[in-house]
Amino acid sequence: MQSIRKIRVLIAKPGLDSHDRGAKVVARALRDAGMEVIYTGLRQTPEQIVETALQEDVDVIGLSILSGAHKTLFPRIMELLKEKGLTDIMVFAGGIIPEEDVPELKKLGIKEVFGPGTPTDKIIKFVLENLPHRT
Amino acid sequence: MTKIEEILQGILTGNKRSIAKAITLIENATAESKKLIAKIYPHTGKAHIIGITGPSGSGKSTLIEKIVREYRQNGKKVGVIAVDPTSPFTGGAFLGDRIRMQELSTDAEVFIRSMATRNYPGGIARATKDAVKVLDASGKDVIIVETVGAGQSEVEIIKVADSVVVMHAPGLGDEIQAIKAGLMEIADIFVVNKADRENADKAVIDIQSILQLNNKKNAWKPPILKTVALTGEGVPKLIEKLEEHKQFLRKEKEHKKSLLKAEAELVEAIKEQTARAVIEELKRRGKFEELLQKILKRETDPVSAAEKLLEESFRKV
Ligand SMILES: Nc1nc2c(ncn2[C@@H]2O[C@H](COP(=O)(O)OP(=O)(O)OP(=O)(O)O)[C@@H](O)[C@H]2O)c(=O)[nH]1
Ligand SMILES: [Mg+2]
Repeated sequence: MQSIRKIRVLIAKPGLDSHDRGAKVVARALRDAGMEVIYTGLRQTPEQIVETALQEDVDVIGLSILSGAHKTLFPRIMELLKEKGLTDIMVFAGGIIPEEDVPELKKLGIKEVFGPGTPTDKIIKFVLENLPHRT
Repeated sequence: MTKIEEILQGILTGNKRSIAKAITLIENATAESKKLIAKIYPHTGKAHIIGITGPSGSGKSTLIEKIVREYRQNGKKVGVIAVDPTSPFTGGAFLGDRIRMQELSTDAEVFIRSMATRNYPGGIARATKDAVKVLDASGKDVIIVETVGAGQSEVEIIKVADSVVVMHAPGLGDEIQAIKAGLMEIADIFVVNKADRENADKAVIDIQSILQLNNKKNAWKPPILKTVALTGEGVPKLIEKLEEHKQFLRKEKEHKKSLLKAEAELVEAIKEQTARAVIEELKRRGKFEELLQKILKRETDPVSAAEKLLEESFRKV
């Protein structure tokens, strides 16, 4: 039987942002690059995001945030992932995140942080090059 | 323990990680998935599998969220599989049905999975069916499968589901035509969603008139229900009808079983009586005794003797 493996990505928006244009642009770009993108819409709690990642068995999570709540929400998400034994999922982030916060986020295990207006090609390339080895 | 054995044990105890991994194996059509399905099979057959299909935007995902809530209130464990098309050009897919169901994702007794149609060997029905089996074996009482009613896939749903709900909503253009073409025959229940909108009653009448054209005498008459998925209006009634249909299927299955049993009994009785009648007739003609002697003298054996006897006795008939 021929295996037909696909990269599965969850694009999630934690926090209280009122629009998700940027997140959708990234979601569509990854879809067009041949990935299966699970999109869950606005205002996701860390618990919802991690549960979704678990049930959908994704390889990658992309977190998009504009509201500035990343300092509280991202640590919680990374903690829950650890709790559920999902540390083999690669996590990246995008949106409005001040430069000085990036080292802290990377220490949490977030692989990369993309600023607003990052070309989608760059994000696709990053995802493909940093795919985790999952069993 | 092998990996497959471990996943199987996890599924049987309702472990979400194991369920998720198992569905991934099925999605990737690995050799392991076949082994796993074979092991899961004895633990399936308990869940009520509901297919929900209809045009894009008719409100399937929104309605499923309300249906799941209602079932959860009745203490049922629920699984959902939402199928969306894979782009034939890029192989990618945008799976957005969860947007309407996210509040359910943290319920311990609900499992939701998005699947893309990919290019499965054996078609999407095969993969969906296997994923449903995983949820069934994990102890879900109800499993709901969402598929878009466009092209081929909507008819595929009857291969997967026990009860098929065909959805429609006013304001989607000339979709009734589509329903007329493919979906009419497969619907066990019709739902006209967005009943808060003006033309809902017209949609009901349209479906009614098409149904009347179909004068096949079926034991189950598909009801036409109105819902407002946004508020949950009409959902209890829909659940009631789904339960009715489940009972109907159960009775039909029992009827079929009784029929098979009666047939077996009849065949047995015919065998017994014809054998007795044939033997008596042979004895009357003296052939029976003659052959018995030959068998004793080893001039023939019982099987050849019986063959010869029957051939001679029934040649004239
Ligand atoms: N007015 C009204 N709008 C509704 C109702 N049910 C759903 N909607 C809206 O219809 C839109 C589509 O709903 P979905 O549940 O995503 O529809 P769907 O059939 O799952 O769509 P696909 O997954 O794309 O095939 C959303 O904007 C819903 O809010 C309803 O009963 N009344
Ligand atoms: Mg949907």
